[in-house]
Amino acid sequence: MSDITKQSLSELIKNIKDKKLSSTEVTKAFVERSEKSKELNAYVTEDFSAAIDKAKKFDENPNLNLKLPGIPMAVKDLFCTKNVKTTAGSKILNNFTPTYESTVTQNIWNEGAILLGKLNCDEFAMGSSNETSFFGCVQNPIDKDLVPGGSSGGSSSAVAAQLTPITIGTDTGGSIRQPASFTGIVGLKPTYGSCSRYGIVAFASSLDQAGPMAQNVRDCALLHEVISSYDEKDSTSIDFKRNNYFKELTNNIKGKKIGIPKEYRVDGMPKEIEDLWKKGIDYVKDCGAEIIDISLPHTNYALPTYYIVAPAEASSNLARYDGVKYGFRADGENLIDMYEKTRSEGFGAEVQRRIMIGTYVLSSGYYDAYYLKAQKVRKLIKNDFDEAYKKVDAILTPSTPSSAFKIGEKTNDPVSMYLNDIFTVPVNLAGLPGISIPAGHDAKGYPLGLQIIGKAFDEQNLLNIAYAMEEKINFKNKITDWWIK
Amino acid sequence: MSKDKSEYLINRKDNQYEVVIGLEVHAQVTSESKLFSTSSTKFGAEPNTQVSLVDAALPGMLPVINEYCVKQAIKTGIGLKAKINKRSVFDRKNYFYADLPQGYQISQFKDPIVGEGKVILDMPDGQKEVGIERLHLEQDAGKSIHDLDPKNTFVDLNRSGVALMEIVSKPDLRSPDEVNAYVKKLRSIMRYLGTCDGNMQEGSLRADVNVSVRKKGTKEFGTRCEIKNVNSIKFMQMAIEYEANRQVDLIEDGRSIDQETRLFDTKKNETRSMRSKEDAHDYRYFPDPDLLPLEVSEDFIEKLKLEIPELPDEKKKRFIEKFKLSPYEATILVSDNETSNYFENVIKKSDVKLATNWIIGELFAALNEKNLEITESPISAGNLSKLINLIKDGTISGKIAKIVFENMMEGDKDPKKIVEEKGLKQESDPKALEALIDKVIDDNREKATEYKKGKVKLFGFFVGQVMKVSGGKANPQLVNEILKKKL
Amino acid sequence: MIVCDIFNYHMSIDLKTIKHISKLSRISVDEKKAEKLVGDLNSIFEFIEKLNELKTDNVQPLTSVAETTLKLRDDEVKSKNLREQIIKNSPQENEDYFVVPKVIE
Repeated sequence: MSDITKQSLSELIKNIKDKKLSSTEVTKAFVERSEKSKELNAYVTEDFSAAIDKAKKFDENPNLNLKLPGIPMAVKDLFCTKNVKTTAGSKILNNFTPTYESTVTQNIWNEGAILLGKLNCDEFAMGSSNETSFFGCVQNPIDKDLVPGGSSGGSSSAVAAQLTPITIGTDTGGSIRQPASFTGIVGLKPTYGSCSRYGIVAFASSLDQAGPMAQNVRDCALLHEVISSYDEKDSTSIDFKRNNYFKELTNNIKGKKIGIPKEYRVDGMPKEIEDLWKKGIDYVKDCGAEIIDISLPHTNYALPTYYIVAPAEASSNLARYDGVKYGFRADGENLIDMYEKTRSEGFGAEVQRRIMIGTYVLSSGYYDAYYLKAQKVRKLIKNDFDEAYKKVDAILTPSTPSSAFKIGEKTNDPVSMYLNDIFTVPVNLAGLPGISIPAGHDAKGYPLGLQIIGKAFDEQNLLNIAYAMEEKINFKNKITDWWIK
Repeated sequence: MSKDKSEYLINRKDNQYEVVIGLEVHAQVTSESKLFSTSSTKFGAEPNTQVSLVDAALPGMLPVINEYCVKQAIKTGIGLKAKINKRSVFDRKNYFYADLPQGYQISQFKDPIVGEGKVILDMPDGQKEVGIERLHLEQDAGKSIHDLDPKNTFVDLNRSGVALMEIVSKPDLRSPDEVNAYVKKLRSIMRYLGTCDGNMQEGSLRADVNVSVRKKGTKEFGTRCEIKNVNSIKFMQMAIEYEANRQVDLIEDGRSIDQETRLFDTKKNETRSMRSKEDAHDYRYFPDPDLLPLEVSEDFIEKLKLEIPELPDEKKKRFIEKFKLSPYEATILVSDNETSNYFENVIKKSDVKLATNWIIGELFAALNEKNLEITESPISAGNLSKLINLIKDGTISGKIAKIVFENMMEGDKDPKKIVEEKGLKQESDPKALEALIDKVIDDNREKATEYKKGKVKLFGFFVGQVMKVSGGKANPQLVNEILKKKL
Repeated sequence: MIVCDIFNYHMSIDLKTIKHISKLSRISVDEKKAEKLVGDLNSIFEFIEKLNELKTDNVQPLTSVAETTLKLRDDEVKSKNLREQIIKNSPQENEDYFVVPKVIE
């Protein structure tokens, strides 16, 4: 079989189960393609030879009952992996090797998958273009010098470029859905509490959630089924009845009520996005679902709220990177001097900026005006969704207000960069599941995504709608392998 | 107007100052594992051997709360007659320090688990009620060691994450003596409950002491200073004494007091400002997003109430009513659970009055001398009970009993055996005593004559002689009776 | 007449504030970096101030979207003898302790 890397996850699993392919063959194919794709800079750490060894071992005594039998997989470098360097895209963790495994990755290995390596991301997942990574920008396989989105930019690039059959990212304000949209792949941010946060380098604890990124909805459903689990080691993990998302996947969404929120028609939104959204509405109707106009009145306040809540939590979560216990340490004359130099040299500009914002909004005299205010507005945003879900089963919006932009285009204007997350952030604030599916191209041929937002814990319904739409859309990513010489 | 004789005042020229004190006691919760992690809390382990991935704040590690610690805090709240809050919230207190691995301490700021309560103190001039403001759960920090290396500080995280209860009193204390009584009472209540071992040497009980002064008779509080982390009652008292006088001197000089944090230097016996450290302190409290609000049901609290033992105040009341002890005796005997248990075991089979006297008198003195706790007493409650019965039934005299007691202190021997082996049994045979007395009168003819002439004071001399000759074993009552007849 | 539009008003963050926050954050900033941060943070806060349009006096703040209560774990010691693992990644080698430059009290 020549084009192993072109196969979807489901195809690969079928071929391995049918013994048409061995794990070693599959792993070697992805390793080879990854080796040829260094220009994309998708990997921070390659673990290729270990992966091939593991694949050989798998083939010696293959357990074909597993859900991911011998499937190689690279993961975002925000997941702690035992004995494999984990950097969170930061200089401050450049030399950090965990002695433990995150629950989400452990769930994946338990189902027979094999680690290929660790994928690039924005530093501590703070960014929308992967440009804040200490390990450099990632190229979008769609076009040279185009950002792959962020923060899971290495992940989106690697899946789109077929360096890994599937992957996992994390999403705090859109970090799975926006890069998925920018690279023409599927990305799911599950309900808060669905996937354990244990062993994931924290950015903003009340918003962070891991999720699958895949070439299609079926693959996405399968990986979600593997990673979603109740975990006693995470106090915010929720013990609810989880579906067999892959097995129960159906394209029958007849009679489902899909809401269209008027507030998502933002000023200055490109016509292409407006048209894509209209097309999406038509697809949904074609599937037999009903379209209902709804209002989410506090949508405009979501980004300002997010830029208080997330930096506040981050400023505290990142206090542990102080040069004492692990990671980078700068020389200092005394303890305080060491702290200040370590954190100044160890963190990049965007991370420092967010720590400063977070420290400021929590500081004495400003807490009520900013942090408490934001928590109250967050409640209003959640109430909006609660109201809407009395009338509809899911909500359809664009994933992003534009297609992918050029590397360097927005780095000098933090606010314009933040505006990228305008459609994704409300979902995190309300703790809901959201999925981005590729739905079309703009004039430049860059992919555009549509977002479906579901009720809490209703990932099955969300995946079903995405699956039904995917069939109608019949999206084909335009990738030329330009980076392979 | 009668003046309260126990009032603690600081006198300067024409002015008298009252001292106002509030305490924030940090009590280590008795538990096997830490508040948010599964490492051990045992004291005295090798450095960094009781540190989990969570305690060392490794990336991606998350706190999971220990149910037992929650129960311990609620039990303590019940013991302090306090309001238990069914919903409480854990906040992060953010600051950087080498022994604070997370860069924040998980504590409870706005919504503590326990609200207002009270503690009753037994002062020499009567009871005094001290208000409890709140009790909350929080993590302890690790330990920085500065003297192992000239250039570096070493950090041991064994204590990092151990559960503490911070118990905040109202500013109701007025003297170092009251502080002493308050800390002892608090310690006693927690030891009865088994929620804190109260071991001050091991740092299980420490306090931040808030001190202010005001002219006697004024109602408004003065500016207070907080003396941080004092780890013995004696030092608390010394620190208050010093600090109150320092503040009074400032006022008398017409200067103002700065509200600040101070440190008690135990070597110099003085407090000094820690202001240099305070500049950077803005703790930026906010609810810990890794934890949800802690909610406990009415049922949960009711079940814990059933586990609450009889506490010192109730026990004292019972001892006074049931055993007719004086308030003084009862206070001493209930001061800790082990003592009251010992007492109750002794009186199961022996006289209450004698037992009370022997425990408070001889036993405490002997234990004190040997620096032993009641639990380490060489004399078991059963054997002390036997000794008391030997006195009560006249087998031995009180004097002899002291000799037997001393023997018992050497090892837990049965007092009956000691009496037998050493032949210490009291001589109560009238005939034998008569013979003895005849001999004593015979040997002291002159004195006997003087007695008969009216020098009645000499009676004591004869008793003494008889006792001496008998080696202390003669039954003093019989000796008295027979001597009277013979003389 | 000058109309004060309270919705568009925002407190500006000056150099002194930046230096104070950087101290609290334990991140050293030189003049140049501080000046850049003044600009960045002001533009970010200008956009954050939009929240002032909303009246929220009677709104309960939302701290977690997980609508469940805190789970309690048993009091068991499970993490034992992890010293080697814990110390392994520390920047300054020592078998027993974490080592930091002398703390000046």
